[in-house]
Amino acid sequence: MSESTREHYREAFRTMAGTLAGVELPWLRKARRHAFDRFEVLGFPGTQLEAWKYTNVMPLAKPHWHFVPSDGAYADYAHLIDDLVPADAAGRLVFVNGRHVPKLSSLPPLPEGAFIGSLAQAMRRIPERLESIMARHAPDDGFAALNGAFRSDGYVVVLPPGCAIDWPLHVLFFSSEAALAMHSFNAVVVERGARCSIVEQFTGISDEAYLVNTATEIVVDDEAEVEHCRIQQEARSAFHIAHIGVSQRRASHFTSHSFAFGGALSRTQIDTRLEAEDAQADLNGLYFVSARQHVDHHTRIDHEQPRGTSREYYRGVLDGASHGVFDGRVIVHQDAQQTNAHQGNDNLLLSRSAEIDTKPQLEIHADDVKCTHGATVGQLDENPLFYLRSRGIDERMARALLVWAFARVSVDRVESAALRSRLTQQLLARLPGGEYLRGLS
Amino acid sequence: MLEIRNLNVEVESKPILRGLDLRVNAGEVHAIMGPNGSGKSTLAHVLAGREHYVVTGGSVQYDGCDLLALAPDERARRGIFLAFQYPVEIPGVSNIYLLKAALNAQRRHRGEPELDAMDFLALVKEKLADMEMKEDLLYRGVNEGFSGGEKKRNEVLQMTVLAPRLCMLDETDSGLDIDALQVVARAVNQMRDANRAIVLVTHYQRLLDYIVPDHVHVLSQGRIVRSGTSELARELESKGYGWLGAQESDGLETGAPYPASGGEQR
Repeated sequence: MSESTREHYREAFRTMAGTLAGVELPWLRKARRHAFDRFEVLGFPGTQLEAWKYTNVMPLAKPHWHFVPSDGAYADYAHLIDDLVPADAAGRLVFVNGRHVPKLSSLPPLPEGAFIGSLAQAMRRIPERLESIMARHAPDDGFAALNGAFRSDGYVVVLPPGCAIDWPLHVLFFSSEAALAMHSFNAVVVERGARCSIVEQFTGISDEAYLVNTATEIVVDDEAEVEHCRIQQEARSAFHIAHIGVSQRRASHFTSHSFAFGGALSRTQIDTRLEAEDAQADLNGLYFVSARQHVDHHTRIDHEQPRGTSREYYRGVLDGASHGVFDGRVIVHQDAQQTNAHQGNDNLLLSRSAEIDTKPQLEIHADDVKCTHGATVGQLDENPLFYLRSRGIDERMARALLVWAFARVSVDRVESAALRSRLTQQLLARLPGGEYLRGLS
Repeated sequence: MLEIRNLNVEVESKPILRGLDLRVNAGEVHAIMGPNGSGKSTLAHVLAGREHYVVTGGSVQYDGCDLLALAPDERARRGIFLAFQYPVEIPGVSNIYLLKAALNAQRRHRGEPELDAMDFLALVKEKLADMEMKEDLLYRGVNEGFSGGEKKRNEVLQMTVLAPRLCMLDETDSGLDIDALQVVARAVNQMRDANRAIVLVTHYQRLLDYIVPDHVHVLSQGRIVRSGTSELARELESKGYGWLGAQESDGLETGAPYPASGGEQR
């Protein structure tokens, strides 16, 4: 990190530390200070680190971002935001340029003991629930450290035992401000037997670069269920760094979907630990990029205790001179007997200049397990292409149809029909020739 | 309708068709027979527009235009249909989606409005019943997990829905049991029409017991070596392809004789 960059961050932290939400909480002040110190030590991760070998973050380390959004007229975007959130989303939380906008958010009445709201609200109302999750562990890379130091808003979901929320909570992070760095922190604590479904959507309209560096911590208690769906459709010049950390207790079920379509450079890291017996994790993902976009997914599934199940399926479609990275680790610890794990990553390259680095990894330290993994990289197959054309379908549409057929496998794993149709629209909008496929079902 | 003159085709620099001539008029059913490797399937695929095959000489006129200059999808929109010997599986594209996209592409080409959803479904269900196929096959991926027989029926289903002007069936009889063969033959016979031509490519005479052709051609070493009526097919059945070889060239002696029963199994 250059001296001027370091000084820029120091200055920002100095001036902001006293103004960030939750400054009245001593443990939070301490955690932020500690995180900033870690950032000074770690700096931005370089490509010499194995975990960052294929993703060079220098383009986003250089700019002197600002950290406080200007007070915009959010009403300008109200219409756009209504379009972005599916009509069936009974509950929605909207963040514009990193800040919660209550006027654009709405929630149905919540069951007794449940909390859903912004981080700033949670710091006032349930600070005691946040400490364990916000000051849980030392940041392990520069982005986590930066997030720890500057986190000020985000969403929080806390559900008491047995509490089932049947509507999907839609959380929209909408960015419109150039050169702004946003560090949201989100916490989801779902207690014994409770369940919920959350959609995190990131959308941007700025032509200039901005940085989203977001972290989500999720605790899925005994027999609880969480479905977490990310839709990353940042603006074309944006940078997006995300970390999702999950703790799974006994017989819990965590489902993750990660759809990455936007941004100049994006990296999503999803780590889940199956800390007790009989837990299940399903990780589904799709990246679909073109031009010079860079998209990176790192996942890690730790099977720590017996009889855990994990299913991971990631697909990628890479066009133009885009670059994809998939790094998936499944670690079966010594005590995790009778683990059943499957991991797969399939990639479709639509151009000669597109590139993918895929690295599925399986580390097994137990002896009674069933684990498989595999990765494929290929191009559109000529045989089905000719078959479709021989039926009168023109080449552009035939190609679009085959790419869609490949990508929809990931979309079809999403349970909500409304969300699937949203995702379908977004995919078709990005797909060359996708306009031909509208209206066909 | 179709006029092929002195057609020469290579695959990976190896000549497959060597000066083939064939004329097919509307209203006719032609059978093209011949031993394995004689170029039957190549002919069907070249007419459908497969890029893998390189035309090194000759011409193909279809309805007065230069067929070889047209893209495969353009040919299909102008009424050419190939029922594949080995239909591909396309998971993620449902059968009904394909039928609808294909039919609408052809209707747009003819300047007709797209069929509305109800009319389309009624049409497809009628044809499906003709083919004695189960309705759930419509909603599965194209040929995905279909048995060999189901794939062949599905090819013919597409053909009956699209109602092409020139139907080419490439070894559609292979891998079919006798019941399925009768269903397929009935559907093809129903399509016989004064404005339509049908070309059956087959190794065996069996199919021709059910679809009686107007003309039978024997293809050998990339050329039509014999043409005749359905009588010729029966002659081949009793004598195999070998007897033609005696008249033509020694190379033909290797042609597979007609087996006592059954067909090629996939």
